[in-house]
Amino acid sequence: MPLIRDGSFVEDDFYFVPDGKAFPEEKGVIVTLARFQGEKDTLLAHHSRVGVRLAANENPQVLKSDLSRLAAVVLEFPKFRDGRPFSWARMLRTRLGYRGEIRAAGDFLPDQIAFMVRVGFDAFEVRQDFAIADFRRALNEITLAYQPAADGRRTIRELRAR
Amino acid sequence: MYRYDEFDARFVAERVEQFRGQVARRLSGELTEDQFKPLRLMNGLYLQLHAYMLRVAVPYGTLSARQLRMLARIARKYDRGYGHFTTRQNIQFNWPRLVDVPDILAELATVEMHAIQTSGNCIRNVTADHFAGAAADEIEDPRPIAEIIRQWSSLHPEFSFLPRKFKIAVSGSPHDRAALRFHDMAVQIVRNDAGETGYRVLLGGGMGRTPYVGYVVGEFVAKPDILAFLEAAMRVYNEQGRRDNLYKARIKILANALGPEEMRRQVMAEFEEIRRSGTLEIPAAELARIDAYFAPPEFETLPDTMPEASAAFAGWAKTNVSRHRAPGYAIATISLKPIGGVPGDATADQMDAVADLMDAHGIAEIRVSHEQNLVLPHVRKRDLPAIHARLGEIGLDTPNAGLVTDIIACPGLDYCDLANARSIPIAQKISRRFADLGRQHDIGELKIKISVCINACGHHHAGHIGILGVDKKGVEYYQLQLGGSGAEDASIGEILGPAFDKDEIAGAVERVIGAYLDLRAPGERFLDTYRRVGIVPFKNVAYREQLHAAY
Amino acid sequence: MAAPSPQMLTANRLSDGGVLYWKAGAWVEALDEGEIFADAPPAEAALAAAQGFVARNLVVNPYLFDVRIADGAVHPVKEREIIRAAGPSVLWTQKPEPGSRISEEIEYEI
Repeated sequence: MPLIRDGSFVEDDFYFVPDGKAFPEEKGVIVTLARFQGEKDTLLAHHSRVGVRLAANENPQVLKSDLSRLAAVVLEFPKFRDGRPFSWARMLRTRLGYRGEIRAAGDFLPDQIAFMVRVGFDAFEVRQDFAIADFRRALNEITLAYQPAADGRRTIRELRAR
Repeated sequence: MYRYDEFDARFVAERVEQFRGQVARRLSGELTEDQFKPLRLMNGLYLQLHAYMLRVAVPYGTLSARQLRMLARIARKYDRGYGHFTTRQNIQFNWPRLVDVPDILAELATVEMHAIQTSGNCIRNVTADHFAGAAADEIEDPRPIAEIIRQWSSLHPEFSFLPRKFKIAVSGSPHDRAALRFHDMAVQIVRNDAGETGYRVLLGGGMGRTPYVGYVVGEFVAKPDILAFLEAAMRVYNEQGRRDNLYKARIKILANALGPEEMRRQVMAEFEEIRRSGTLEIPAAELARIDAYFAPPEFETLPDTMPEASAAFAGWAKTNVSRHRAPGYAIATISLKPIGGVPGDATADQMDAVADLMDAHGIAEIRVSHEQNLVLPHVRKRDLPAIHARLGEIGLDTPNAGLVTDIIACPGLDYCDLANARSIPIAQKISRRFADLGRQHDIGELKIKISVCINACGHHHAGHIGILGVDKKGVEYYQLQLGGSGAEDASIGEILGPAFDKDEIAGAVERVIGAYLDLRAPGERFLDTYRRVGIVPFKNVAYREQLHAAY
Repeated sequence: MAAPSPQMLTANRLSDGGVLYWKAGAWVEALDEGEIFADAPPAEAALAAAQGFVARNLVVNPYLFDVRIADGAVHPVKEREIIRAAGPSVLWTQKPEPGSRISEEIEYEI
């Protein structure tokens, strides 16, 4: 699956390990929440970069005490209409202070990307035919924001005060 | 009223260009209909029975004459010469072409208007008491906070893909003219014991398949904290609102499932976290800055006497003129419910004429009420006769505000893709049946509200008499409900019994009203009598025809 | 067993939302010019062919609907399709365009 990170296509340096499958030798692995909770110590001992993939109904609060050791959190969009990952990403970035990669996976629209970046997503698993031009256009269409989010962008109110 | 600065203007302009690009990509096929649909909905564009429908936002129902003229221009240039004012204070155009919509939005932007978030699973138009800033009983004008909420909710990155639509209303009066208790969330201005004004926040009201009256989640939220509070409630909803069933996805379902105590606990916990971060605190300077936009006009010192004119004027003033807080001034309701007409519709010519009327009498703003009428908020009493006369020339002087022929109706199957039956012909039938003004005054205050699908855009659950159109094996039927109210005494109407067909419904309504006239005690409105005697007497008369027919 | 209802195929034009009816591999605006399918196979075939117009971004949401023939004219069975063909049944504020579909025939006696 093509991966966009920091606005460009990159090689995905994580390997998603489905539940029940043995761990590969890779340095970077992503597992489901259930698997992480069950095999946390082993995982962290054998892989230098561990990520957790959360389903839309899984609140990242449960990872609070482990976040400093996670290289990535993957938030799944089961359907683009399911907007829970927007709250999960924002809470990860702000309240939980997470500094690692927040990755979007699943069914989302290019036209949601601007919102996603604002709430803290910085990596995107996209479809084969996704054009990087669409990504850049999505980010540049609306240059102003009324409300604070997770991207630290100055709001319109702050711009007015300047 | 609020005036855009360079930032507001650029925001809307960018949004127009974004949509222009999205339309182009749809027409070229780069976007499929499935991908395009949520994007066009967030710009207020529906695909209906005959054509597209564009719902233009009228923030807190306030328009300037210039904006009203632009709506007339849009109706003429891009549509069929008329528009429809809705129960959420917006305006709908029924015939725009997709290819023209970017240009329509560009023209609207020149007068500080847009169609942002008038549909979609996001925060919709914030509605307000249509008498805001003018009513004698008002504590404070709620429109400054409505404007602050509007800005905060515009293209909110976290809350643009909610489980379902989210509707917020505001009011500054103890008398609720904004149907606060039937909204997903509502903000009411209140005064505490120290005499400070702050906000009471209600949550969990709604119409639809499972109507609910909302409850209080915040008794007194200090002004600087209100956005933090609203954001807390939104987050609880976004995280926990149901995503598995379209008909169980509104916040009212979650509010009822959690119950008031647990909901309050969760909202308060989240509120404390947000408040601690300080990110959404509204600086005093910002509150003052927004307040200044809504400062009332300079009221002249005028004698507080009602002018004498014709009997027709007196009749109109009796129902359509309301008390203003400034002596010598009044609030005038322009009824968009001519007898036998389409509720809430106005032609481009009428819109232009009303704009001219505003200019002629120095009335800077006009309101759209959720009862689908227009309201002139600040009118010198001495100007009322001339205004009334001019309204008569343009067919807008119907003296029926709040009476039985002041019917609220959704567009229904004549326009709407979601409808099960037609609503407008039923409104027309009932209106014609009760055309006699003397009879209307005898009946007194009676709010009839008609919807024809479970989205309840006609707000039928809050009607003193509510009518819900249904489809029974391809035939239009109409169910009656009695005793609903959207005011501070909020109640959900009770279903009377089996539905009536389109030829029976007006007669059933007439019999129900007849029962009220027979049973009422002095001074009782329909709603009061219903609440005193209950549904049984009304049930008996409504179905009498069926009983006779059966024998 | 009762004979299945004859059907027609309709869609909306993407560019302006206008109502369209299938006729022999193309689309017309007038209901009474549209093609009537006596039974399922030609109806399904037309619906399948209509997907090509969807793919070419000309129409949206094609679907079949029931009609009946009476007095030599075609009438949709459902109210919704009658209104789609004829325009809104309420004539008050709107001024019908010259040559519009608001037909004199379909009079709603209120």
